[in-house]
Amino acid sequence: MLTTALLVTVMVNGESVQRFVEPRLSLADFLRRDLGLTGTHLGCEMGACGACLVSLNGSAVHSCLMLAVQADGLSVDTIEGLAESGFISDLQTAFHERNAMQCGFCTSGMLIAARECLAHGGVPSREEIRDALSGNYCRCTGYQSIVDAIETVAIARAEKEVGGPV
Amino acid sequence: MKCRGFRYCRVLTVEEAVESFVSCEGEARFLAGGQSLLPALNLRLSAPDLLIDISRVEGLRGITLEGSDLRIGALTRHVEVLHSPLVAEYAPLLARAARFVAHPAIRNLGTFGGSLALADPASEFPACVLALNAQIEIAGLSGRRRVAADDYFLGLYETALEPGEILTAVYIPAGRTWQRVCFDELSRRRGDYALAGLAAQATFRDGGEVLTALRLVFCALGSKPMRAQAAEAALLNTKVDAVAIEAAQHALSQDLSPDEAEDLSSAARLHLARVLLGRVAHALREGAC
Amino acid sequence: MSNASDIPFAKTTKYIGAALPRATAKRFLFGRGRYTDDIEVPRMLSAAFLRCPYAHARILAIDTTNARKFPGVHSILTGVDLARICRPWVGTLTHFAGMKSAPQLPLAMEKAVWSGHPIAIVIAETRAQAEDALEAIQVEFVELPAVVDALDGLNEHSALINEAAGDNLIYATQIEAGTIAQAFEDAEIVEADFIFGRHTAVTMEPRSILANFDPSTGRLDVHQSTQTPYQFQDVYARHFNLSEANVRVVAPDVGGSFGMKLHVYHEDMAVVGASIISGRPVKFTADRMESFASDIHARDHRVRARLAVSSEGILRGFDVDDVTGVGPFSTYPRTSVVEGNQVVRLIGAAYRVTDYRAALRVVAQNKNQMSQYRAVGHPVAFAVTEYLVDLAARKVGLDPFEIRRRNYLTQDMYPHTTATGYQIERLSLEICLEKLHEVMDYAAIVAEQERLRRTGVYRGIGIATYVEITNPSPAFYGVGGGHVSAQDGCILKVTQSGEIQCMISVTEQGQGTEAIIAQIVAEAVGTDIATVRVFTGDTDMTPAGGAAWACRGAGVGGETALQAGKKLKKRIVEVAGAILHCPAHHLTLVDGRIVDAQQHTRMTLRELAHLSYFRSDLLPAGRPAELTVAHHHGPSGFPFAFTNGIHGSLVEVDVETGIVKILKHWVVEDCGTVINPLLVEEQIRGGVVQGLGAALFEECRYSASGQLLNGSMADYLVPMACEMPDIEVYHVETPTRDTELGAKGCGEAGTAASSAAALNAVNNALSVFGASITQIPMTPERILRAIGAVG
Repeated sequence: MLTTALLVTVMVNGESVQRFVEPRLSLADFLRRDLGLTGTHLGCEMGACGACLVSLNGSAVHSCLMLAVQADGLSVDTIEGLAESGFISDLQTAFHERNAMQCGFCTSGMLIAARECLAHGGVPSREEIRDALSGNYCRCTGYQSIVDAIETVAIARAEKEVGGPV
Repeated sequence: MKCRGFRYCRVLTVEEAVESFVSCEGEARFLAGGQSLLPALNLRLSAPDLLIDISRVEGLRGITLEGSDLRIGALTRHVEVLHSPLVAEYAPLLARAARFVAHPAIRNLGTFGGSLALADPASEFPACVLALNAQIEIAGLSGRRRVAADDYFLGLYETALEPGEILTAVYIPAGRTWQRVCFDELSRRRGDYALAGLAAQATFRDGGEVLTALRLVFCALGSKPMRAQAAEAALLNTKVDAVAIEAAQHALSQDLSPDEAEDLSSAARLHLARVLLGRVAHALREGAC
Repeated sequence: MSNASDIPFAKTTKYIGAALPRATAKRFLFGRGRYTDDIEVPRMLSAAFLRCPYAHARILAIDTTNARKFPGVHSILTGVDLARICRPWVGTLTHFAGMKSAPQLPLAMEKAVWSGHPIAIVIAETRAQAEDALEAIQVEFVELPAVVDALDGLNEHSALINEAAGDNLIYATQIEAGTIAQAFEDAEIVEADFIFGRHTAVTMEPRSILANFDPSTGRLDVHQSTQTPYQFQDVYARHFNLSEANVRVVAPDVGGSFGMKLHVYHEDMAVVGASIISGRPVKFTADRMESFASDIHARDHRVRARLAVSSEGILRGFDVDDVTGVGPFSTYPRTSVVEGNQVVRLIGAAYRVTDYRAALRVVAQNKNQMSQYRAVGHPVAFAVTEYLVDLAARKVGLDPFEIRRRNYLTQDMYPHTTATGYQIERLSLEICLEKLHEVMDYAAIVAEQERLRRTGVYRGIGIATYVEITNPSPAFYGVGGGHVSAQDGCILKVTQSGEIQCMISVTEQGQGTEAIIAQIVAEAVGTDIATVRVFTGDTDMTPAGGAAWACRGAGVGGETALQAGKKLKKRIVEVAGAILHCPAHHLTLVDGRIVDAQQHTRMTLRELAHLSYFRSDLLPAGRPAELTVAHHHGPSGFPFAFTNGIHGSLVEVDVETGIVKILKHWVVEDCGTVINPLLVEEQIRGGVVQGLGAALFEECRYSASGQLLNGSMADYLVPMACEMPDIEVYHVETPTRDTELGAKGCGEAGTAASSAAALNAVNNALSVFGASITQIPMTPERILRAIGAVG
């Protein structure tokens, strides 16, 4: 079983990171174990639950369905990076005020899915928001509060747009 | 649930990919979007010795119009199919089906060619490609060849791809000969593999009343995408009225004989296929799809 | 006269009753939660388990020789290795007379009794390496006939799972009250056979444990995703013969639990044992396949029930038989019979019925263990009750609301003892019923239903009442010898700058325990909530207590915090009085300020803390400022604080496909004093969705040979955002008078009757076809068969 470690360079949360990794190491385990970015969670390791979503070159992807070696030369943003950059602060505030999370395990993935859902502007319908979350399990909330929070942000962003630069 | 160990190489050309495959002493697998392969690796259902990452191979990505064909490169992501103006215009069936394919994050990485190479009988795109009468381009040691979709899907996860061959592109006739298309499926949850799915392309004459050409292909109802020719025959040259639809639904038992699966009996699966056929036929007649 | 109309404690206060967001939840929004699997410690090893592939098999030999040579492998342990240091556990309690269950050890010894039963543990540098080695372990099995169906297990020729017991019957009980034969004489009778499928918790965070034994001191430090750390402190100390004071169990952030993470699992015991034997920290996190194969499953009942009703629609008696399959043994330490026991005792509890007979049989099977999961027994009891009540209504020509109006317990009947012996302090059934009628706009949705029916659209409307057991006393487990605490403890301390730290034994799994405790403490002490910090889930830091189970956090933990807060407030004003030379009873604390009878601020809590800690020389001689208090509280009065409420469900059944779309769900609930309506509503919603999952999607399906067929997230269907409706929640408040706070539990109310409401709604839709369905989940195929669309 020849599985020599390979050198990868990944832009993680805006910083270039170099590590030797085993080819079989998933991007999720790389982020969690090698980089200590434990805000990315593993709920199924088969792309069903959405807890491990990260942003890869700007698109939400399952970090459990990607090898760390595949991310070589690419740019990955995790919940930590997105949160600390301030890009999703309105979503975070809305989730907090609406209590759109209980145990918090799905929250990172939900925020990343929500960010993508609202990336193209406009105010999606509740059905469209639910559709955008169709790959994200939440076992605690029943989803309604999450949909409410995303809808609130969509409306607020649209109003800001209409009102011109603040 | 962690993969077994394997070697990994990334290739930048089709030739390199094929060479790596052929020279591998153990089992080699091509890795594109990985959205089906990675779960299988994580579950240790698949344990190749070598993964050949073809995801950055030049020229396998993108959607273009080439003569009378719409060419979709194998590495084109599902999300690109979903949003492509060219697909919407020249292969609207695919655009309609794409929204049924899994969930947003899967669509962001999963590739069109990967879906066809895997040929999961429950997947939407294989059924569409068969309904579209597309040509599949395959590259191997001896160069490139094209296979008609009718000859491509052979059985359960079995295609015309030989070991070491790579699916490089799909060519879809873009002549706008098909007037109406419809894709629909029945599922218990949004984005799940369907209980029954149906891709349909139809042409009507006499002011859009009489059906003159039709391809119906079901997914999730057999070991591969299932063309329903008896049902097609029952609808051809009719006005797709209630009587014709019922005849087609009846005829469907000649096209499909699904096994018992999941928590559905074979009788229920056939029933659902008939219901779906009725709805799709109705939508085709009304042009409401 | 009516408690329900009394002004609740909550309404007179600043923080209790306020819809405040959870301050401590913010970390989840920054990816800064800290779950067990996130924790890495030096020299840590990872564990993986070899599991039995058969439902029932004899183990002849285990050969680990080759596997031990794999890279990264530290050691491989089998049953005998762990049996040397672990005392077996037996999942029985003495108040369930006659129950029997096989002793359990961390790993299977001579025999494995379900497909998934752990046989060997590999500990290695990484989880991947541990999994590599698993593949090289050789086990010689002889497959044995499996008991899969619970009824088959009772057959005298059935294979035996626990040979020593002589049969597969774990427990049986009978209840008889009144004169059941008379009740059914000359009555209209409705009856049905029900099947309740197995489902499971599917917490987002799988079970995870990190055990760290230090052989130099005998100290065991465990981080574990659990809701009951004190229970595990007791279990690990007793079963591994360790000093309990030297065992620390910490529950860090817990990614959902719902009752699933309070049971003892073989893997947890094996990991603790592996750390003791190796002297190294060992971590195990279940992957999702392991979760399905080993997290407790729930329900699995077959109920045959009859209801006698007079022609005027007065309910006369219930006659019930429940057979439940619970897996190969009874779960430890809370047993696997509480669920069935609650089914046969809760049926009909909201109604004026005195004639009652029920029989329960709890049967062993070669399937994964079954035990307490959110709403234990309630969903089954109320699906049976409410289905039969609707059937009775139809039989005598009454509307579903009207038959309930005629039969509910009423305000003049409290306190009330049910036919099965439950003592109920006070409920608000009639008020909730009328409220639901109003908020559903019942007449309008019925009219719409009729209009749509003419267009081939089949909608159904269902309602379902629940009463719920909350704030349990030791009557639940303690009286049967279970080491399960029903009381809670709280320590409050004033920090050096006058803020408050609260260490309390109730725990947090996302429901908002820490938030409501902070609200209560801030209220009781009289300080700004921003200065209160609550700590939970660490047996070294907090007093011992019951933690989280059976909806007790708000009712029992909340009362503990309230009384602790009052105690601290009293202490603070005493110290202030001594400093200010003012009688303490003239002083009080408001928003962190010590004020006198004229509402003048005399000093701040910050100033008082400063003096107390840094200038104790200025305090009166012999009067040190003890600004730390402890308080314990255990339920007294009624054995349980019963809550009540009612669900309404509106569905649309596609009668061609059998697919059900849930359009809307309503809940009117009464959990007594509402401490934080935002959190109560979210508890209700989340609970509703778990019940709707059971009603329509979730089922652990087994093959005839006992193999779990759908043990993955792709195959086991949990409801997702698109499938779930918006859920409206309304409150009625009937505080319990057993406590000053008046709070009862709310965490299980959503699950208790949402599946019953959905069942009634689907049946309401199907009634035009003369069809009915009495099995959940109501899958497309089952609905198609009920209608006759598929033969």
